[in-house]
Amino acid sequence: MTQSSWRMPRWFHQMGSPKWFYDFSGKMQPWFAVLALLLLSWGMAWGLAFAPADYQQGNSFRIMYVHVPAAILSQSIFIGMAVAGAIGIVWKMKVAFMVARSCISIGASFTLIALLTGAIWGKPTWGAYWVWDARLTSTLVLLFLYAGVMALNQAITERQIAGKATAILAIVGTINIPIIKYSVEWWNTLHQASSFSLTQKPSMPAEMYMPLLLTVLGSYCLFVLVVLIRTRTQIIETQSHASWLMQHKDVSGA
Amino acid sequence: MLMHPKRRNKLLIILGLLIGTGVITSLVLYALSQNINLFFSPSDIAQGKAPLHQRIRAGGMVREGSLIRATDSLKVRFVITDFVENVKVDYTGILPDLFREGQGIVAQGALNEQGVFVADEVLAKHDENYMPPEVTQALDEAHANAVVVPIDAEFAK
Repeated sequence: MTQSSWRMPRWFHQMGSPKWFYDFSGKMQPWFAVLALLLLSWGMAWGLAFAPADYQQGNSFRIMYVHVPAAILSQSIFIGMAVAGAIGIVWKMKVAFMVARSCISIGASFTLIALLTGAIWGKPTWGAYWVWDARLTSTLVLLFLYAGVMALNQAITERQIAGKATAILAIVGTINIPIIKYSVEWWNTLHQASSFSLTQKPSMPAEMYMPLLLTVLGSYCLFVLVVLIRTRTQIIETQSHASWLMQHKDVSGA
Repeated sequence: MLMHPKRRNKLLIILGLLIGTGVITSLVLYALSQNINLFFSPSDIAQGKAPLHQRIRAGGMVREGSLIRATDSLKVRFVITDFVENVKVDYTGILPDLFREGQGIVAQGALNEQGVFVADEVLAKHDENYMPPEVTQALDEAHANAVVVPIDAEFAK
């Protein structure tokens, strides 16, 4: 018997309580809604209408303000889904499985948006909608992984088992994320390398990357908002018998 | 509040699963790396790594001043380089808008005995740098004063 000294903070265990999560997410929801609306509309208007055109691509580079946030989110959400699933398995938290389940369709949507906007951008710049290079192919694999996770999650009716099964698929699937990220460095691809890194200056001026930063942050807020709403719906569905929910102002007042 | 040994074991199993699949995937990708690369570089072709008469892709920078256009057809000839080796490319057709000297391209076609790459498709590869036109205009003007007028001068406006 080994005495572990790893201690999880108090809020971590509180998050696992449906009642606590329901209350907390109810308070957080409007903030994320306002932030998402502000950041996305500000960033999109700035990027699509006011940022300068690119010296080579002209106005067609502006699709980046949709493409890049969608691509970043599609990968972040997959990691988030796997982490939530792993927490669900290790700490047996139903709420964590619900959060993981909420991530699936929004992650798949962002992946689809990234692929479609990429194809639309590819035609005028590269001369082709689609090329089987490592970046594009690994992103298509990501879409298939989301589809697999979605199908598996819905095929099993018992929530706890469905949560575990999808978590394992999601955890194994995260191996694709570094492949997508580094595909442009490891192999010859048609897709360009990343314009941003933690160690170097962005390879575009501030009036071009600031709107992008806003739309990326706005997309993260939108994602959190959607996950909160969808997780709350699942709490209502599964806890419909619970007395705390019956007495909750959101439910009893309606 | 201490972490239960059972939970810790589960966490370790999950981490082990992740590391295991990571190792397997990286070995597979390492073994397949020649097939995952989208194109052969001019150095690969010079070293004889690219097969003759087979449909392959070649990629590199279009060398400055190497583009020759036929006057009576859409035939073009240019040289792609990785600044170590050079490969001549023949192509008949319309080049993509972003095609220009000094810019990266990926061509699909086959290599003939003379070492000329006969392409039937040319894709432009743009880099990760974005700039407003005013910045490049200044650079272009300096450039235009120094050497012959670049072919793409009208696009840079």
